[in-house]
Amino acid sequence: MEQLLLLIFIPLAGALITAFAGKSAKIVSTVFSVASLGLALFIALNFIPDASTQFEVNLPWIADLGIHFHAGIDGISMLVVLLTNLLIPIIILSSYRHDYHNPAAFYGLILFMQAGLLIVFTAMDAFLFYIGWEAALIPIYFICAFWGGKDRVRINMKFFVYTIAGSLFMLMGIIYLYLQNPAHNFEINAFYALSLDSEQQGWIFWAFFIAFAIKMPVFPFHTWQPDTYTAAPTQGTMLLSGIMLKMGIYGVIRWLLPIVPTGVQDWATLAMVLSIIGIVYASLIAFTQKDAKRLVAYSSIAHVGLIAAGIFALNQQGMQGAMVQMLSHGINVVGLFFVLDIIFSRVETNKIEELGGIAKAAPQLAITFLIILLGTVALPGTNGFIGEFLLLMGVYNYGIWAAAIAGLTIIFGAVYMLRMYQNIMLGKTNELTITFTDIQGSEKLVLYIICALIILLGVYPKPLLHLTEASVQQLLEQVNQKLISVK
Amino acid sequence: MTIEQLIWLVPLLPFLGFVINGLGRKSLSKGLVGIIGSGVILAAFIISSFIFFSLQGDTQKSHEVFLFDWISAGTLHIPLSFLVDPLSSIMLLIITGIGFLIHLYSTSYMQEDEGFGKFFAYLNLFVFFMLLLVLGSNYIVMFIGWEGVGLCSYLLIGFWYTNSAYASAAKKAFVMNRIGDLGFLLGVFLMFNFFGSVEFAKIFPQAANMLPGNNTLILITILLFIGACGKSAQLPLFTWLPDAMAGPTPVSALIHAATMVTAGIYMIARSSALFDLAPFTQHIIAIVGAATALVAAIIALTQTDIKKVLAYSTVSQLGYMFLGLGVGAYTGSFFHVLTHAFFKALLFLGAGSVIHAMHHEQDMRHMGGLRKKLPVTFLTMMIGTIAIAGLPPFSGFFSKDEILAHAFQYSPVLWGIGVLTAFLTAFYMFRMMFLTFSGKYRGAHHEENHVHESPAAMTTPLIILAILAAIGGAINIPHVFGGNEWLAHWLTGAGVAQHELDLSHSTEYALMGTSVVAAIIALIYAYTRYVNGARVPVADEAPRSVLAKISYHKFYLDEIYDFIITKPLDAFSRFFYSVLDKKFIDGLVNGLGWSTNEASKGVRLLQSGNVGFYIFMMVIGIISLLAYTFYYI
Repeated sequence: MEQLLLLIFIPLAGALITAFAGKSAKIVSTVFSVASLGLALFIALNFIPDASTQFEVNLPWIADLGIHFHAGIDGISMLVVLLTNLLIPIIILSSYRHDYHNPAAFYGLILFMQAGLLIVFTAMDAFLFYIGWEAALIPIYFICAFWGGKDRVRINMKFFVYTIAGSLFMLMGIIYLYLQNPAHNFEINAFYALSLDSEQQGWIFWAFFIAFAIKMPVFPFHTWQPDTYTAAPTQGTMLLSGIMLKMGIYGVIRWLLPIVPTGVQDWATLAMVLSIIGIVYASLIAFTQKDAKRLVAYSSIAHVGLIAAGIFALNQQGMQGAMVQMLSHGINVVGLFFVLDIIFSRVETNKIEELGGIAKAAPQLAITFLIILLGTVALPGTNGFIGEFLLLMGVYNYGIWAAAIAGLTIIFGAVYMLRMYQNIMLGKTNELTITFTDIQGSEKLVLYIICALIILLGVYPKPLLHLTEASVQQLLEQVNQKLISVK
Repeated sequence: MTIEQLIWLVPLLPFLGFVINGLGRKSLSKGLVGIIGSGVILAAFIISSFIFFSLQGDTQKSHEVFLFDWISAGTLHIPLSFLVDPLSSIMLLIITGIGFLIHLYSTSYMQEDEGFGKFFAYLNLFVFFMLLLVLGSNYIVMFIGWEGVGLCSYLLIGFWYTNSAYASAAKKAFVMNRIGDLGFLLGVFLMFNFFGSVEFAKIFPQAANMLPGNNTLILITILLFIGACGKSAQLPLFTWLPDAMAGPTPVSALIHAATMVTAGIYMIARSSALFDLAPFTQHIIAIVGAATALVAAIIALTQTDIKKVLAYSTVSQLGYMFLGLGVGAYTGSFFHVLTHAFFKALLFLGAGSVIHAMHHEQDMRHMGGLRKKLPVTFLTMMIGTIAIAGLPPFSGFFSKDEILAHAFQYSPVLWGIGVLTAFLTAFYMFRMMFLTFSGKYRGAHHEENHVHESPAAMTTPLIILAILAAIGGAINIPHVFGGNEWLAHWLTGAGVAQHELDLSHSTEYALMGTSVVAAIIALIYAYTRYVNGARVPVADEAPRSVLAKISYHKFYLDEIYDFIITKPLDAFSRFFYSVLDKKFIDGLVNGLGWSTNEASKGVRLLQSGNVGFYIFMMVIGIISLLAYTFYYI
């Protein structure tokens, strides 16, 4: 249990120290984030990949309300914990070329957000979960609002209000469950054990679903996302797309499915339809985007739509696919945004049509960009394939037409990604790109790490699949049993 | 050494070549890059030959070699494992054998290119993925290779990426392939649901117990066929292949002969146990194949770019192969894959030799009279032309006639289309030869004296391929000529379905006679037109008859696709973005959020702007919440 407390404590302490570290904030935060990664790896190595919850911590907290500091790690949590602690150092490293004003605050906020995320991903008490949920939101709001680009204040206000509104629905749901719970606590296992009728489950479903759907985001709750991603500083975009949206996905898996399986079953068709519409709709919009960052933002909506569809298909392949894809999408999308950041830092634009011919000037960037892009379009041998293959298979088991439409992402993804690549990297150099310098130093390091992960996870995904397999299976059995017992 | 011990080396060697040349493309000398790049393929060829011959002496014809578990989820288990059997072993020979000749040729052809190292790295990678495709013991490993060659074609077609038309051609190839790939994937999902496995060894025995006409099997095979249409360039997905000639010429040889386009035929031959039970699908395949053969041949009639003529001839010949698959001539189709690999590699490399000599001129209107200047190229290409035209006793004659005989048995109409296509093929191929090699030199005058034969590294592959194109038919001489149909027997060992011809010998002779006569008439017609008549195709802007226009503009298929698919999708994209997303959905959200926004203004006043202070407060907040805990303990 100490490890788990330490896991949350390191970034928290790191945030505090960084906040007062002045100019050396970059280094200090790097040290803490790498230490967090080390600890997460240590925990993963000691993690036994069965369905049990390990490293459990259960301390009484606000006893009057039955609130406990109850956290633990099962396979599903382990995966998102690894994702978080892997990406945070990469994201920090990716900022090395930047000189953000007030770095102490910037890096402090990143670490604080990490702590919030880790709480979300390990909480077994709904109250704790909610605290983590909001604790992760506030720092990212500041990061985007203070260090963002044009029009950031208006855009971020919308993002903040939108997500907060979603979380309030969730809070209502949690309070309702708490009141229904005879033990009067926020224990996840007590919530699992509740027997709610289908109408109650329907209400709870919507309370949670809206919160999670906004976070991911699922069509049509997505309109905050492209603006926010585009206006945020690159590291903010990475945090949002790489990790934060996984809160929504994780929420669905951990809180929505097992607590209200009947609600899910009743509304799964609608959720499925929305997810699949999102895939096609966002992919199509990505076709003609002029700003590369916005294009990637829309592509992310499409990819997340597929993950959501895989989950609502409620089978092992879909769910395992969602697991792998959470990690893969995090790595790939961070890579894509980093490449765009590198380009922006050289030529001050991400407008696709103003670019071109960069490959000639920067072959290393061309290769690493291509590998990340191939991971994104799910070429076999890359991490993206493992996830998308399992997800589509899961969706297929739900229905062949669902899979055929969702599968359009295979084609559309290639279209918009290769269009972007061609317009940015290929063709002739112009006066803007003629002096383009290739990647160097920290840029190389980050891109090499990302590319290595893309290929490694694509060629040998077994440890990853093994990590979550038992927990996913148990979760599905739990859901199914509950569905049967209702009947 | 056994097959199991050796087989993994076959794909590994090209992969190593890719890694070494990829990493060392800046530091290694061109000579060394060439030696490594070609050497690994040669080594793979030697091992493949060893495997092929030991398989011949082996009583056990199929060996499964397990490497490691790749993907597993629930009941789904996908190992990375290889299957070595008569079918895959012969594919190994084609890929590495012809692949090696193309590599050898490239050491000279690409000598002046600054991307020499990169080129060889990509070529090696291409061969690697193709080997993976044919070696996979299940549909998913096959799919790695399947998409991998798609990637490599993207890289190689767009090799000269600073030309944006070439880059677009590369993208088109990838996207069109992906359309097929979706079909393939859905087919695989269906198979997994239906058979509970994606392993060949688990699927085919189950299928053997099923009755023909099973609806699920029909759906599976149609989906797989869609995949094959993308990869093997059939209607309606063939338009990427002619554009693929944007890549350096050796790449065209590789794509059109040894790799890539043969994948679809290989896959269907491999799955013949399934296709044989789905007569409806076979019917579709036969029709699509015949239509593709004819349409592509018609387009080839008026093309003026030497590589375009060859590209359309590939599409047309692939159409033949699909016609063969559709009518149940699996061996015949595979036979044609083999002979086509010989003569099409030969023709492309020959065309490369011409282009090389002409300093990158590809337009036949500016060629002519090259026979004397390029004697080896001329002779070898002539052999290739005779072979593709289906004249005996060269290889194309045997493979084409096997397909046509089966087609006749299936439907005389399809046979008729086949013969018509054979006629057109002979015409446009000899047209190409005469325009290029006969008559007067029509190129730039000052370059006339600089045109000379290519170096030995380029002509040697031509000569070897010419020999193969001439005698390659020997591996499957039909009974009617007293042959023993070696290939058919060999492929039976891989479970490739065989259907005996139920035709009298006299009918067979008559069928062959018809197609040979058709080809000879075409030859004579082309001769009178382009040698005696010395005709030269008109300039692009010159007026053409309606039919010639349709042929010259490729049935306007690119324009049609642009009009009915690309343009509408882009229009949807813009509409979704600027109207639906920005105005409607976001408008609703903004309307809903307005009041909240107003209310939040008050809260904003509390913010001082000192973020360090916020963090401090947040941490204090969390700690005091935690402290509350310990107070109670």
